[in-house]
Amino acid sequence: MNTPNSTNTYPHAPGFVAGERPRIVTSRFEHADSYTLERYLATDGYAGLRAALGRPANEVHDEVKNATVLGRGGAGFPAGTKWGLTPQGVFPRYLVVNGDESEPGTYKDRLLMERDPHQLIEGCLIACYAAGLSQCFLYIRGEMALAQERVATALNEAYAAGYVGKNILGSKFSLDIVLHWGAGAYVVGEETALIESLEGNRGMPRLKPPYFPAAIGLYGQPTIVNNVETLANLPWLMRNGAEAYTAIGTKTSPGTRMVAVSGHVKRPGVYEIINGVTTFRDLIYNEEYCGGIRNGNKLMAFVPGGGSAPWFTEDQLDVPFEGPQAGAAGSMLGSGAVMVMDETTDIPAAALTLTRFYAHESCGKCTPCREGGTWLERILSRIVDGKGTDADLAQLVEVGTSICPGDFPHASSKRLGLDAVPFPYKMNTICFVGPSAYAPINSALVLFPEEFAARVTKRTMIPVTAVGAAS
Amino acid sequence: MARLSEENVRLAKEIIGRYPRARSATIPLLHLAQEQDGHVTNEAMAHIGELVGATSAEVYGTASFYEMFKFEPVGKYLINICGTMSCALMGAEELMHHAEHRLGVKLGGTTDDGMFTLERAECQAACTEAPCLQVNYRYRFRVTDADFDSLVDDLKAGRLNDEIPAHGTVARVRQHIPVDRGVGAVPPEDVTEAPTWMDGKAAL
Repeated sequence: MNTPNSTNTYPHAPGFVAGERPRIVTSRFEHADSYTLERYLATDGYAGLRAALGRPANEVHDEVKNATVLGRGGAGFPAGTKWGLTPQGVFPRYLVVNGDESEPGTYKDRLLMERDPHQLIEGCLIACYAAGLSQCFLYIRGEMALAQERVATALNEAYAAGYVGKNILGSKFSLDIVLHWGAGAYVVGEETALIESLEGNRGMPRLKPPYFPAAIGLYGQPTIVNNVETLANLPWLMRNGAEAYTAIGTKTSPGTRMVAVSGHVKRPGVYEIINGVTTFRDLIYNEEYCGGIRNGNKLMAFVPGGGSAPWFTEDQLDVPFEGPQAGAAGSMLGSGAVMVMDETTDIPAAALTLTRFYAHESCGKCTPCREGGTWLERILSRIVDGKGTDADLAQLVEVGTSICPGDFPHASSKRLGLDAVPFPYKMNTICFVGPSAYAPINSALVLFPEEFAARVTKRTMIPVTAVGAAS
Repeated sequence: MARLSEENVRLAKEIIGRYPRARSATIPLLHLAQEQDGHVTNEAMAHIGELVGATSAEVYGTASFYEMFKFEPVGKYLINICGTMSCALMGAEELMHHAEHRLGVKLGGTTDDGMFTLERAECQAACTEAPCLQVNYRYRFRVTDADFDSLVDDLKAGRLNDEIPAHGTVARVRQHIPVDRGVGAVPPEDVTEAPTWMDGKAAL
């Protein structure tokens, strides 16, 4: 089964690798023209919408709830449950599509928008119908020019053909989908920051509570924020039903999910894997996926769920793509991004590339993140440059603890005789950007202390002497 | 030109009309201004403020938060080399050194002829194709030093004019909602009832 022949790459979809597995969201990627309405209609396009509109909205909502479609943006919250958090009788309600994909290591939403924009549009329509959302804003990351062009073209086609707009397919369901685009800010991926940005403001996360914009969101109204991949699941689900959906994967993590594996593997790529079942070992070592570490090297560590996720090592290879299990092991699945480091990796320098990212992307609202992120970056830079001292190591932990009090989650290590600290962390900030700046440092420090010990010099204490005494 | 042109005002009004509140159009209009002038001018921000009902300071407050908006002229081609983990693991730092050398500028600098500005970007969502870069937000994957050199040569010779527009233009396709098909944006305070399809019956 796991033969190299069972995988395919397509010149028109750089990065994506297909395999002999169920494909819920990437089924059209093999076609060079997968983004056109013509191809979409020839491959079951808008059949899920038709099926949904043939049933009362609450039934469609129940179908999504029963399927347990987990959010694919990072937190893994079930979409059907999220929709149900909107307060009764408060209208209008909005849908904001989070296409601001920018978590380090992650890309699947970009491919879904570039390769199958109609699938996303159909997903938006189904969500709005089911949850009674009266307008949809599709927020695409500013830097994704091709995704913006493809989605704009698809929307123009869909409006002209009667799939979006007034009286869709001749029904009483009417919906506008507005293409909105950002201008470069990672933090806008946080849902309340996304809403601020959509209101024309600086993209800073809002104070919590309320924890979910489902209560108070865009323009103060109930708002559902869903990830692109989450919504892309809905057309298949409506065509095939919750039972078929939950038959794939496990009970708690049904369906598939897209995972990007990058770094030091033989065949980096974006794969649609089976949720809850596929393990990190499968993904990194099987011929069907990445085929092992480059040059036959040894695995040193890997980031399991995007730059914010605490690192795993070979001890965690058998953890499957199942949220609670990854959490108990000390990390998270996050946005489906695995970054692999082999034995040649300079661990402190690798951690620095992530810490620099989060320090740079801090919006500046919360002091521990604004100040702490920059401190972490500077101290770690010093250590990487060989100018750090052992006092710097202690300072890293002190600053990290000021962002996240208590024990920061980390993986277990047989080599060091360490037990895992389960996910999540406590935090002194509104959003996860601050903790994320510390996550790579804590992982690197805890799992590879010797890499730091070798890098720092012992600080010799210079005794304070009276002025003039040294002459 | 500094304020938005007549054609851009028409486009701006069309964009504003899609939102329940005009200020939501701020970022799209800033992109429009940058497309027009290559960077965002003070006059354009004042004009956008007039259009969306904000002060020019508020528009600048929003604009200055976002990386893509430039308030000074940049090169015709903005080259963003990714520097985050996956690209760094695959040699992005070395590529950056080569790029600095080839263009004769430091990170953040613009070449004397105004053709190229070199920046380090954060994760560009092409991590399996590392190291990657974007030229005016168009990707180049698994970039070697030689690839970089030929990219620069091609851009200089105008061989990529069809693929890569000058800095300011991101997407070249705009959404257009036909008047007879659009539902229209309604201010939230004017909606109090559930949408008609929520009556417990099938819509079709």
